[in-house]
Amino acid sequence: MTTLLPTFDGYGLGLRREHYRDFLDTDVPVDFVEVISENFMVDGGQPLDILRRVRERHPVILHGVSLSIGSADGLRGDYLQRLRKLADAIEPLFVSDHLSWSRFAHFNSHDLLPLPYTEETLAVVCRNIDTAQEALGRPMLFENPSSYVSFAASSMSEWEFLAEMSRRTGCGLLLDVNNIHVSARNHGWDAQAYLRGIPAKAVRQIHLAGHTQGEDLLIDTHDQPVSDEVWALYAAATAMLGPIATMIERDDAIPPLPDLLAELDIARSVRRNRAVKEAA
Amino acid sequence: MLARMQQEFSDWLVLAGDDDALRQAVVAARGLAAYQNNYRTQLVNVLRASYPQLRSVLGDDAFLQLAIHYIDHRPPSSWTLDAYGADLPESLRALYPHNPDLQELAWIEWTLSEIFVAPDTSALGADDLAGIDWETATLRLSPSLRQRSATTNALAIWSALQDEAPTPEAEMLAVPAGLVAWREGFSSRLRQADALEHAALLSLHQDARFGALCDALVEHLGEEAGVARAGQLLAEWIGSGIVVGVDVSPGPRG
Repeated sequence: MTTLLPTFDGYGLGLRREHYRDFLDTDVPVDFVEVISENFMVDGGQPLDILRRVRERHPVILHGVSLSIGSADGLRGDYLQRLRKLADAIEPLFVSDHLSWSRFAHFNSHDLLPLPYTEETLAVVCRNIDTAQEALGRPMLFENPSSYVSFAASSMSEWEFLAEMSRRTGCGLLLDVNNIHVSARNHGWDAQAYLRGIPAKAVRQIHLAGHTQGEDLLIDTHDQPVSDEVWALYAAATAMLGPIATMIERDDAIPPLPDLLAELDIARSVRRNRAVKEAA
Repeated sequence: MLARMQQEFSDWLVLAGDDDALRQAVVAARGLAAYQNNYRTQLVNVLRASYPQLRSVLGDDAFLQLAIHYIDHRPPSSWTLDAYGADLPESLRALYPHNPDLQELAWIEWTLSEIFVAPDTSALGADDLAGIDWETATLRLSPSLRQRSATTNALAIWSALQDEAPTPEAEMLAVPAGLVAWREGFSSRLRQADALEHAALLSLHQDARFGALCDALVEHLGEEAGVARAGQLLAEWIGSGIVVGVDVSPGPRG
């Protein structure tokens, strides 16, 4: 099944509390903003009002962290109902979440935990995606995760899993270039092979973010500028994907908005330079 | 297989114990520590964010011990991390059984975070109140309204901490009272109510008729003072957004 989601060409930022005032009072030069869905899946109050007002100025992407698409015991109906209500109110460009699991039975880890890439997991994930897309009344995007362990039982690569998941369910892909770099370094994967294995026609959005060098592993912390290695991988991704919604994702140690806009300009110039190089 | 792995992974995160089964399932098990660390760090951080003034009163070390006790006894289950600290008062009660001031301080902080995202309402205008037969009218309370009994000066402590003013010593109130919190527009409100107002508001959850409230106050204060107090409370509640609607039931059909 091919994803029927429209493509969107532009550059955006995550909308974070520290920058609410900038987005309400000034004309911030972005083509879209992305918010963490769960922060706005509430009954009322000022944050929801701010999102509605920002939505009047910018397209919005709803990016979730708690759907838990890999849960072996299915999805939570109350979560899907709240997400549907928010999506109906905001009319987002895309609704996305991660290829991971967070919850099993009554326990919710609130972390993006890794999955073994097996036929069994693929069946569970695809069944859950069908449930979610039906409940939301729209196709979703799923993001490749950062991970710190992989499973001996895996019978396919992460990119093969993503490609087959998209083919079976019609979901789109959100390609997090930093996550490819982090996971490739942590597991000894070939990041270029990963990129080549992704079905380009299914990708609708790119995330760029920073990471931290831990004792043994790279940790996906979103508290640093995008690294040189990730910019290089992004250049390769843009050559493969062409015009696409691209954003900087910063969740911690959040700098003033101009710093993030400057980083977004780097993304613009990387793609522009790549296009010039290809034309030459 | 997948369900078993997820159960084992969940148990391991919660218990932080033996990870033999997981170690056999994963490649390069050193990465497991990152998940254990993320899980606990995130929960401690969300408790710190939910209870900043309780942390100020207890101090960093004691608050961390409280958080560890809570995390060990109450693994998260809600879809939203924002809900995680809801039952922290259980751990407070276990570790500080003789500190009602801490319970009340925790209630203030948790309640303010709850009402911040409670359903929106609009204020009543003069037109909404014209020609109402108050004898049969029922009062609609703000969905953000929260209240509890107050036995200590926790509100004074919280206010001083918010204002970065000298914090008073914890003490019992001379007369028990109530704490009332609600949202007026997008502004959170919190104040102490005397015992009678606290009881009056509680009674509206059982019987929302203004006439019933008048009857109860008349019984308690006498005819003149009871009616006067009912009118004064009503004006205050409407003016501050505690009462957000007045419904008039249709009269008997002839």
